[in-house]
Amino acid sequence: MAESPEQIFSELCRLIEPFNSKGITVTLDTDIAADLNIDSVAVMDFVMEIEDRFDIDIPLNLLAETHTMRDLVGVVQQRMGQGS
Amino acid sequence: MVDLFEKYGDIAQRHAKMLELTGGENAVSLTMEQFLSPTRAIIGGRETILAGTNNYMGITFDPDCIEAGKKALEEFGTGTTGSRIANGSYVLHRELEQELARFLNRKHCIAFTTGYQANLGMIAGLAGPNDTVFLDADSHSSIYDGCALSGARLVRFRHNDPDDLDKRLTRLARSGEEKGGRLVVLEGIYSMLGDRAPLRDFIEVKRRHGFGLLVDEAHSFGVLGENGRGLQEEAGVEDEVDFVVGTFSKSVGAIGGFGAGDHPMFEILRYVSRPYMFTASSSPSSAATALAAVRKLAAEPERRDRLRHNSARLHAGFKALGLELGCDVPSPVIAVRGPDEPGTIAMWHALLHAGVYVNIALPPGTPGKVCLLRCSVSAAHTDADIDRIIELFGQVVAGRTEARAAV
Repeated sequence: MAESPEQIFSELCRLIEPFNSKGITVTLDTDIAADLNIDSVAVMDFVMEIEDRFDIDIPLNLLAETHTMRDLVGVVQQRMGQGS
Repeated sequence: MVDLFEKYGDIAQRHAKMLELTGGENAVSLTMEQFLSPTRAIIGGRETILAGTNNYMGITFDPDCIEAGKKALEEFGTGTTGSRIANGSYVLHRELEQELARFLNRKHCIAFTTGYQANLGMIAGLAGPNDTVFLDADSHSSIYDGCALSGARLVRFRHNDPDDLDKRLTRLARSGEEKGGRLVVLEGIYSMLGDRAPLRDFIEVKRRHGFGLLVDEAHSFGVLGENGRGLQEEAGVEDEVDFVVGTFSKSVGAIGGFGAGDHPMFEILRYVSRPYMFTASSSPSSAATALAAVRKLAAEPERRDRLRHNSARLHAGFKALGLELGCDVPSPVIAVRGPDEPGTIAMWHALLHAGVYVNIALPPGTPGKVCLLRCSVSAAHTDADIDRIIELFGQVVAGRTEARAAV
């Protein structure tokens, strides 16, 4: 179950592809909403895919401070540490 | 300092493009110059069939409702000039709440000033920072905003998917982080695609996990069910629905909204719900017309029959044209899938000029990034109106919905 931050990042890159319509190169510093120019609904849909891939719960209210892919890797790690 | 409007550059550009495609006309700036009936207006100097007003019952020109509004204007004045908590309730607000409670067969009902505030007020009133709200992914913005205002933990589940809700409830229980209560929010009819929530299946999930269930019947109050009590009545599950929300700006033909329920502490929401407490109450004439309209909805079930007939006729006509529709089951909301954004805008504009007003719905306001030409059917439409709408869609939309680069 223990996935490294690199593995999580690579999974997140795979999951974001369908939302990255402009084909922008994604790095840890990519700001998900601003750099990829995706709307609020798409961000929530992306989060739903992450929840199902890692079988975790990422409450939307936790996302207010989550901007970059690095932030998101941190959230996934933190959420995987809960429960299970 | 950065210009505060700089962040809206993309939106401004998109808007400009829309204006370019429609010669300066768009859905937001469109002006209805004169109304001839609930289903006819003069727009741009042309008589236009209205098929995008959510005027499901066609009640806006009902003589009794108009008379009730005039009487209230004369007896109570133009406005209430304050909130109910600070400045008191008018007898009209009380009567309206009692009438709605009776209509819905519920012990308690609170009227709000708008439908938007009804969702804000009920959700933020019921849920607090320790609670968890589960909301359908396709929920109306007022539900999202109510959730944000509540400060609750928010979990979004896949649209109309009871198994997905079940999975997320299980995850929450397993996380060991749960502190307060659970509220699940569904809609009777979803406003964009016109599809109903599979309420009976969701209630199976409720029996397994336990949660408070709120159903927003904005598009189904007065419309669905033998007595117009909405999807909860049509699905035969009223006892399992804890809270009902609705609006007066659709089937009721006024402005305002309500929340209703049977919980013994329901009335406390008047003292904790900020969207109820910190806004002016609805104007006397609006409360009075809503009251008269709710009585009509109870006394005139033939309006519902007529609406069902019209919805089925439009749905079947569109199907026969081979249009791709938002939902297989007819409801008063019938959405036709358009091609790409410029193509859909051009069609909307062509329909308007040919004499029918429908709504244009674009992402992110639509599920799955689709572009929609959204129709709302009225009990006041005639068969000839419905047939004309079908004919115009046949000319403008049918066979042309493949995505194109530009129009």
